[in-house]
Amino acid sequence: MHRRIEWIYAWLLLTPALILLFAFTHYPAVTTLWASFFSTPRGRREAEFVGLENYITLLEDETFWQVLQNNAWYAAVTIPVSIALALVMALWVDGKLRGRSFIRMAYFAPTVLPLIAVANIWMFFYTPGFGLIDQIRGLFGLGEVNWLGDPDLVLGSVIVVAIWKEAGFFMIFYLAALQSIPPSLREAAAIEGASRWTYFRRIVFPLLMPTTLFVSVNAVINSFRLVDHIFVMTNGGPDNASSLLLFYIYETAFQYWETAYASTLTVVLLLLLSLLAIGQFFFFDRKVHYR
Amino acid sequence: MTGRFDLDRFLNTFGAWSLGLLWFLPVIYGLWTAVHPSEFATRFELFAPLTTENFVRAWTAAPFARYFLNTVLLVTFILIGQFVLCTLAAYAFARFRFPGHNLLFTLVLLQLLVMPDILIVENYATMRVLGLVDTIVAIGLPYIASGFGIFLLRQTFKTVPKELEDAARVEGAGPIGILWKVYVPLAKPTYLAYGLVSISHHWNNFLWPLIITNSVETRPVTVGLSIFASVDQGVDWSLITAATLMTSGPLLIAFLLFQRQFVQSFMRAGIK
Repeated sequence: MHRRIEWIYAWLLLTPALILLFAFTHYPAVTTLWASFFSTPRGRREAEFVGLENYITLLEDETFWQVLQNNAWYAAVTIPVSIALALVMALWVDGKLRGRSFIRMAYFAPTVLPLIAVANIWMFFYTPGFGLIDQIRGLFGLGEVNWLGDPDLVLGSVIVVAIWKEAGFFMIFYLAALQSIPPSLREAAAIEGASRWTYFRRIVFPLLMPTTLFVSVNAVINSFRLVDHIFVMTNGGPDNASSLLLFYIYETAFQYWETAYASTLTVVLLLLLSLLAIGQFFFFDRKVHYR
Repeated sequence: MTGRFDLDRFLNTFGAWSLGLLWFLPVIYGLWTAVHPSEFATRFELFAPLTTENFVRAWTAAPFARYFLNTVLLVTFILIGQFVLCTLAAYAFARFRFPGHNLLFTLVLLQLLVMPDILIVENYATMRVLGLVDTIVAIGLPYIASGFGIFLLRQTFKTVPKELEDAARVEGAGPIGILWKVYVPLAKPTYLAYGLVSISHHWNNFLWPLIITNSVETRPVTVGLSIFASVDQGVDWSLITAATLMTSGPLLIAFLLFQRQFVQSFMRAGIK
């Protein structure tokens, strides 16, 4: 094909996808930054340039700092626990096991169920007194606990649901990676007299590093994105104790209609995501074994 | 073998099963509550009477039929749009050389990090300018040009041997003919994988549809359910779990029937 014609063809093929991609990803990312330097337009009053005013509000906003702290805890617990569980699940399901296909299905089921729907069932588990958890506690003579009403417990309760939702999803990627490890490696290790733990630590785990990188990038993104259950279970309460950054953005923009301030919060979210993603690549860079 | 080996195996099986049952508990509980009268929602008796009344009541208490129709329309719209646009773009990235190739591909990959899910404020403003607020098109549009889909299909297209393309060209096929006759048929497993991932993702999506819709005619089931469960019902657990199972039902049944394909699809979608 002639070179020029090839160019034109390629651009024509790309145009529809790129228009939508720019319109709903790149353009809004840029206008978010732009809007964060303006005031919120109200009625006939147009948005005015206010410089860093929104950012000063942000620094003085106690709710923002609390939400940021909540999200940090949410990420710090959800990411490592769900990845570790995913790896354990994958090792179990990959090995010889009675009822393996049922177990695999059980681990994976939360991935295909709508979080907004199953959050209703989790609500019941957490109900003080009647809920399943309190009924089980009752068998041991323990009293009622208001899991979702107590500011000290609510974030933990929400984190448990997030881990439940995520672990099975990440398991799939580990499972795929485990199945691509040649069995000869295990045989060789067995001949050398390596224990199963040594085999795992020295051979399997390093080979899984690219998967761990992939999964952990996903886990970081999800720790900012996965807020559906907050809507059903707590609405961010009590006293913002379970509010997360994206939920706070939603509240600010669509309940208080402070869109300029919501844009400012979104800028923070985008910055955090980029920093964490870049950080992860550098952190894993030395440890990932590329094939 | 020795007794120690058996113990090891026993512990692993025990652990795997305990975790499996724990993981499945919400589904088991949901099933239990939904098929029993409300007074058994918190009392677990083996011979409690069975009933389908909860489903009937939930179905008639809110316009679930309409919500289901909306979700099916939405998921179909997104899937067709994604297949067409991502195929064309992936083909360009996989087999054409043109100026700006690397820059544009980087911009596509950027979407894996900065997803439309997060840019709700500005995307809502865009939809208002376009006059699309409260339409099914508006729910789907931001997801059609999927960076993930383009990436996945490009990787698949790159594995297609050049000789097949040359053979088709000798027979007189143009670039679109080659794409349609050579690349698309060979990428069928990827389409299946991507399709299942896309359907389950958008069936379950909640935040963006919540923001952009405000009427029964456009709301998908996830948003419909959240309104049903929060406003109308108080704490009638049987009713809420019946509605919950109903909304997850089609996915759950499809998942149980095609479990192997689902798991393999997600695996395929995850490997590069």
